[in-house]
Amino acid sequence: MNIPDPVAVFRIEAAELFEQIESGLLDLTHRLNDKDQIDAVFRGLHTLKGSGAMFGFDALAAFTHHCETAFDRVRKGEKPATSELVAAVLAAQDHMRALVDRPTDDHGDIGEVLLARLQHAVEGDAPQPAAVQPIPVVAVAQTPKSGLNSWRIRFSLPVNSMVNGTNPLGLLDELRDLGEYKVLVNTSAIPSLDVLIPTDLHLSWDVTLTTDQPRSAIDDVFIFVLDDMQLDVETLTEVVEPVAAVQAPEPPPVATPVVAVAAPVQVPVAATPVAERETAVSNASDNRQAKAAENVRVPAERLDELMDRVGELVIAQSRLRQLASASMDIQLRSVSEEIERLSGELRDTMMVLRMVPVGSLFGRFRRLVHDLARETGKVIELVTEGETTEVDKTVIERLADPLVHLVRNSIDHGLETPEERRAAGKDEAGKVLLSARQAGGEVIITIKDDGRGINRDRVRAKAESSGLIQPGAVLSDQDLLQLIFAPGFSTAAQVTNLSGRGVGMDVVKKTVEALRGAIDVTSQAGEGSEVSLRIPLTLAIIDGLLVRVGTGRYVIPLSAVEECLELSLEEDLRSRGRSFISLRDSLVPFLRLRDLFQTGTKPDLHQKVVVISTGTERVGMVVDQIIGDHQTVIKSMSKLHHDVATFSGATILGDGSVALILDVAHLVAAGQQQEAQVRAAG
Amino acid sequence: MTARILTVDDSASIRLTTKVTLSNAGYDITEAVHGAEGLEKAKSGQFDLIVTDLNMPVMDGLTMIEELRKLPAHAGVPIIFLTTESDADLKARAKAAGATGWLTKPFDPENLVKIVKKVLGR
Repeated sequence: MNIPDPVAVFRIEAAELFEQIESGLLDLTHRLNDKDQIDAVFRGLHTLKGSGAMFGFDALAAFTHHCETAFDRVRKGEKPATSELVAAVLAAQDHMRALVDRPTDDHGDIGEVLLARLQHAVEGDAPQPAAVQPIPVVAVAQTPKSGLNSWRIRFSLPVNSMVNGTNPLGLLDELRDLGEYKVLVNTSAIPSLDVLIPTDLHLSWDVTLTTDQPRSAIDDVFIFVLDDMQLDVETLTEVVEPVAAVQAPEPPPVATPVVAVAAPVQVPVAATPVAERETAVSNASDNRQAKAAENVRVPAERLDELMDRVGELVIAQSRLRQLASASMDIQLRSVSEEIERLSGELRDTMMVLRMVPVGSLFGRFRRLVHDLARETGKVIELVTEGETTEVDKTVIERLADPLVHLVRNSIDHGLETPEERRAAGKDEAGKVLLSARQAGGEVIITIKDDGRGINRDRVRAKAESSGLIQPGAVLSDQDLLQLIFAPGFSTAAQVTNLSGRGVGMDVVKKTVEALRGAIDVTSQAGEGSEVSLRIPLTLAIIDGLLVRVGTGRYVIPLSAVEECLELSLEEDLRSRGRSFISLRDSLVPFLRLRDLFQTGTKPDLHQKVVVISTGTERVGMVVDQIIGDHQTVIKSMSKLHHDVATFSGATILGDGSVALILDVAHLVAAGQQQEAQVRAAG
Repeated sequence: MTARILTVDDSASIRLTTKVTLSNAGYDITEAVHGAEGLEKAKSGQFDLIVTDLNMPVMDGLTMIEELRKLPAHAGVPIIFLTTESDADLKARAKAAGATGWLTKPFDPENLVKIVKKVLGR
């Protein structure tokens, strides 16, 4: 078996503990007296210290010890939790991370400075000197032999020792292992049968031992019961011949001593069926907690490998289906159907494996917001919703930077200073809401603030001055707002420390689109802004609608398809010259893909219109034939085709040919644009 | 017969070390990550020994020991607790709750085996 390296496991564990500690500390900044969080932070620090010391992270253990001590005192109510203390431990935490990552580096006197700050926060309490001193409980090293001694050991154990797991037989065995020994048992204290509790211990022993071991070896035998037992050890003779030691000891003062060869009877403690039934009932509530803990960590690349294999399987399966459907062999067909069902299930299971809760992404914003609040002097309340919404892990990773940028933007540009907010009659604390929810095959992540909103005049002025639009150009409100995602656009009058570095809004938009997602923005002057990212749940395999246009086949992501309509030849001819169809009293613009792709073929007699939507906008696409649904394993296109906006990728069909996947967001935008042009012209 | 040991610890690295150490010493190890799970597993299986941490989320070791000792079926099962400090108070409370013995972290794996052997007896 391949045994993982405990140090590596500790590092992973430490990362989790840091998250737990940080989250607890950040919660404490809002509610200083939250007992649960104080406990959680203490526990995190405690485990970090204990495990760190186990695996040689001595500097970490020593340093963490001080923070732990501080929190222990808060926990015990000796000291109040203060924001100064929380801030000091938050700062100290970064140093702890460094001690985990680079334990052997010279970290200078950062530690000292942090400890001084901590000490100050706990009010003039000097940090305790040495940190973790390993305290061996059982003396492992044996002291040198000291000749033979004879001891008389009389002892009795607490009445409940057997219930508490102490086995008197074991203790006697240990004494016997030390040397020549003789034992007498005293049964005089055993009560009469009618009041006897069988699990109680009423015996006492009188042992004569001749050993070359020191007295401490005898104490070691009783180490766990030493404090609660009666132990009387006296020297009988010093340095005697072993033979001489085996003298009959004086009989104990009370009652009839029995020579214990097999030693006292240990009463077996049997469970009654009733008791077991009772425990089974009380178990039920703990079940879920126990289940939640059964997790297995798998390196991400193995999941990716597995995903690739599942992808290949799905392709192979679709070949099989094609063969089977052309065959008359009933058995082949039934096997093909079985495989189809299984590979579908395997795909779904695989998807779930790759899903991680958005909460892991949201967690890191709490620190960001905390830091930004300090940097900007704004009072910010971060509210997160829907942390349990699950998204493909690759999506989560790629979304991290764009989200950081959006949250920064909200705080930096959106939220006002406390004074401004007061003047506007708002609550002093600005709210930033970070929420996630699943809608169909997409997850919608929203960053919403209750700040000043986007100033449209400034957006327009900026866009005009940077040449993005013509002066005086007529733009819809949505188009105007979308300008903030244009490359090189920034409305910040001055570039602050927060904005202006790293990615810009154009990069945010590009990243989201690369994930086959879309970005919407709405804003009310004086009331705040809301940016929504709509991201497909997974990147690797989608359900697609396979259609034919001319001789080519294309895939439309099924999640974007709203409905399919038939477009008869007459209607097609009638609609020439205009580009929208009437769909239940609303006009929907449409694109003739045959024209768009310049297939040069004649239209089918019965063309179809596939209505696709990006949530807010709809557009119909005229295709020649709808072939059916298709499990689409997405293959990215080569760099050569990078600029082809109409397609988001390609897939391999069952017969080995390639079908292109339509980029819904782009086509919807194109459709809307065409409609706008037609309207402008008409 | 192989002795069955239940180890309860929220620290994955300590669990791993304990498991490897005790498995190599020939014991059959079952793991739990906090007191509630430990209690659950202890109830559903017969263990010869339980090794538990004290500071844990969900249910701490002290509570778990107390709960176990309330059950007649688990009276007499030796319980060793791991503790990071030589805190006399905590040790006394764990003993009062019904623990059999203890081991201070950081521990030497040899020492763990030694104590397990001591408590399990021959």
